[in-house]
Amino acid sequence: MRALIRFGIAALILLAIYGLEFGVEAAFTEYVQRIILLAGINVILAVGLNLINGTTGQFSIGHAGFMAVGAYGAAFVGVKLAPPVHGALGSGPLADAVVFNVALLVGALFAGISGLIVGMPSLRLRGDYLAVVTLGFGEIIRILFNNATFLGSATGYSGDDPSGLPAYTNFFWVFAWATAIVTLIHNLTFSQTGRSLTAIREDEIAAEAMATPTTRLKVTAFAISAATAGVAGGLFAHMQAGVRPEDFRFERSIDMIVMIIVGGLGSISGAILGGIFVAVSLELMRDLQQYRLVLYALLLIVIMIVRPEGLLGTRELHHLLRRKKTAKPATPTESA
Amino acid sequence: MSLLELRAVDKIFGGLHAVRGVSFQVEKGAIFGLIGPNGAGKTTLFNVITGVYTPEHGQILFEGRNIAGLKPALIAERGVARTFQNIRIFRTMTVAENVMVAGHHLHKASIADAMLRTRSYERDEQALTKRAQELLEVLGLAELAHEVAGSLPYGSQRRLEIARGLMLSPQLLLLDEPAAGMNSQEARTLNEQIRFLRDQLGLTVILVEHNMAVVMNVCETIHVVDHGETIAQGTPAEIKSHPKVLAAYLGEEQPGNQALA
Amino acid sequence: MTQFLQQLINGLSLGSIYALIALGYTMVYGILKLINFAHGEVFMVGAYTGFYAAGFLGVADFEAQNHSFPLYLALLVLIIAMAAAALLGMTIEFLAYRPVRSAPRLTPLITAIGVSLFLQNAGMLLFSPNPQRYPAILSEVRFAVFGVIVTNIKLTIFAVALCLMFGLHLFVQKTWTGRAMRALSFNIDAAKLMGIDTNQVIRVTFAIGSALAAAGGILFGLDQITINPLMGVLTGLKAFVAAVLGGIGSIPGAVVGGLLIGLAEQLTAGYLSPEYRDAITFLILILILLLKPEGLLGVVRVEKV
Repeated sequence: MRALIRFGIAALILLAIYGLEFGVEAAFTEYVQRIILLAGINVILAVGLNLINGTTGQFSIGHAGFMAVGAYGAAFVGVKLAPPVHGALGSGPLADAVVFNVALLVGALFAGISGLIVGMPSLRLRGDYLAVVTLGFGEIIRILFNNATFLGSATGYSGDDPSGLPAYTNFFWVFAWATAIVTLIHNLTFSQTGRSLTAIREDEIAAEAMATPTTRLKVTAFAISAATAGVAGGLFAHMQAGVRPEDFRFERSIDMIVMIIVGGLGSISGAILGGIFVAVSLELMRDLQQYRLVLYALLLIVIMIVRPEGLLGTRELHHLLRRKKTAKPATPTESA
Repeated sequence: MSLLELRAVDKIFGGLHAVRGVSFQVEKGAIFGLIGPNGAGKTTLFNVITGVYTPEHGQILFEGRNIAGLKPALIAERGVARTFQNIRIFRTMTVAENVMVAGHHLHKASIADAMLRTRSYERDEQALTKRAQELLEVLGLAELAHEVAGSLPYGSQRRLEIARGLMLSPQLLLLDEPAAGMNSQEARTLNEQIRFLRDQLGLTVILVEHNMAVVMNVCETIHVVDHGETIAQGTPAEIKSHPKVLAAYLGEEQPGNQALA
Repeated sequence: MTQFLQQLINGLSLGSIYALIALGYTMVYGILKLINFAHGEVFMVGAYTGFYAAGFLGVADFEAQNHSFPLYLALLVLIIAMAAAALLGMTIEFLAYRPVRSAPRLTPLITAIGVSLFLQNAGMLLFSPNPQRYPAILSEVRFAVFGVIVTNIKLTIFAVALCLMFGLHLFVQKTWTGRAMRALSFNIDAAKLMGIDTNQVIRVTFAIGSALAAAGGILFGLDQITINPLMGVLTGLKAFVAAVLGGIGSIPGAVVGGLLIGLAEQLTAGYLSPEYRDAITFLILILILLLKPEGLLGVVRVEKV
């Protein structure tokens, strides 16, 4: 019975998003639509990165690499899967939906596995060393793709069709996935696992003394966040004609960091707000890339000096609105 | 078989021989005191027992099995809980959450269960919450369950650390200076609490402590270390007048010195 | 064999430049336990200052008339660049790092990333994003030794780097400030209690590190001929890896690390493929952090619980 209720709610939400899609396409220009799509993708990136950087306190600055793995993986699988699926189901939206979602899942899986590979050795390191190692891995991944001839090397991968990758990504898929991922990560964060991750952030030694399997949890959280970056990558890939290594340089990882710092490291609602902020500023300042990056840089510096907890700290919007009697909690950037 | 036995444990940090050949046995149900001047190696011993450090030599037998060099999480799982000298509670989490973190053995649901909020997950959560609440009541923290741990007064934070340790359902509880910063009234209450932990909850307690009013009143056996080495072991009466102990604390041997009463 | 010697020479000269930059990373980390992400950008600013200073001093005229730029003017360019970089380094320390010095480790890390990002893009805006040809502050003279081509530029790089490193060594060992720097790297709180003006020492550390990086920048420009505002990103990262390889916090370590990274990069480019010259440094970073995080010459530190 309970599963039925759940299913019903999920179906209703999907229907609502589907309905919204028509509204969005009717009301907004292509330009604004693109911003909305990017915002959705950013939300996925930010919420995923927040799980490891914010909730667990393990600061990674190389997630662009996992986004790349997901992007290339989804693109490649999508291209190879399309002919057989179209053969079986015809060439309608159902076939597209199947191909796209399977591709996204496979891309996410690849990304998650690369997260495991990177995370297992790296998460033994602390603080700044971890950050630099993840940066290194992110760059190595990009260099590998840059040299992978079967994936187009530097020019990138655009499938077998001369017109490029099919543009599967639309409002419905982005927001369906975003809703799903936000829900799952929210549930995870407010569970015993989430509590354990927060404990690791607060005081890893004390967490260990309380029988928390810290290494296993850190690596798992890392892999999950890598997988979500992979989903975002797959969605991103199918908004473009092709996937290029250029799209996943260190700047991309910096964008992700800005998202979670601005919103508040450790807050899911903060990550959502940060993701939207970056998408909007990116498009509004599309011709002023250097100025945008200067703005981000100043934001990072000023926020760290003036208000390190960002907009929401570790709090969630719905907690604030409930006005519980609590002292102001510290944030990852305030606890030792 | 004693619950905990240390055999010739050595811990060396580069040039510093912090623990030298320390051996002792703690019987089940004992309240065992570990004292010594500052820097004697008491907290290091705790850290070695709980797996934070690996001893260079020696064995640490818990329930007959050697736990020397095992990871802290595994040792905690086996039934050894501890508190920290500098209180390491999870400051931004609530009191209840602090206790629940230690409840891994009560929580069998997987991450997938957590993400999807399955029935088995909800069941585990309820069991966890209930057990945490019980422990908070035992330690007199029940009303503070939803307060942020960092906002608690010092004494409550210490009790929270104990409640959190109890969540592990341990056989052995290591308390690192639980009386630090307490006045004599609070120290007396602490004595009662420690006896309660042993009498009502069946715990074996090892206490590192400087407050002699607590140590002499509640411990049944006291083991004294200085500069990493054992210098005496005995009942409170024996230790109070032991010449080596007096020398270690006061720097000179003086028969009949009552300073440790 | 000549191929190998050639790569050796090239690798060592590149490595000397990395060493100069790595020294700045290692000195700052030794005292503040902070990875100064912006250090690569200071290197870049040093190179550009040299570029503009040489231009201002009329290097273009000398080039046009096929005369070499006078040595005393070349030295002036070096000094100007080093001074400008020192100033920049101290300003960054004062504005961005000092306010967060007592914050938990994550905060200064993010601040440093911010400063780095800021300088990169400010550089793109101020200096033009296009690569620039580096002026012939030193006119190139080639000569062959046992079939290996050596240029006076490579020799200059060795000479300048050696002088500067030796100077640093003397400074750290013999002067009061140098000793204070070493004291701070052991225990900054104790140093404060001993009455050392830690702010002053930190400022000097940043100044010296930045000046060395600027020297590296000019040498880099002479060697690689082109500069661009993003040159500090990759080179800075490689120099950081060099500092870690040698043992972060160790000055001789930075030198050893720099030379090794330079050699590794050159040999990889020569014998494997130029595509992977950057990747080898990242690989070394990962290996060293996983196998021996304290580096070749570093000391293991135990955390007190």
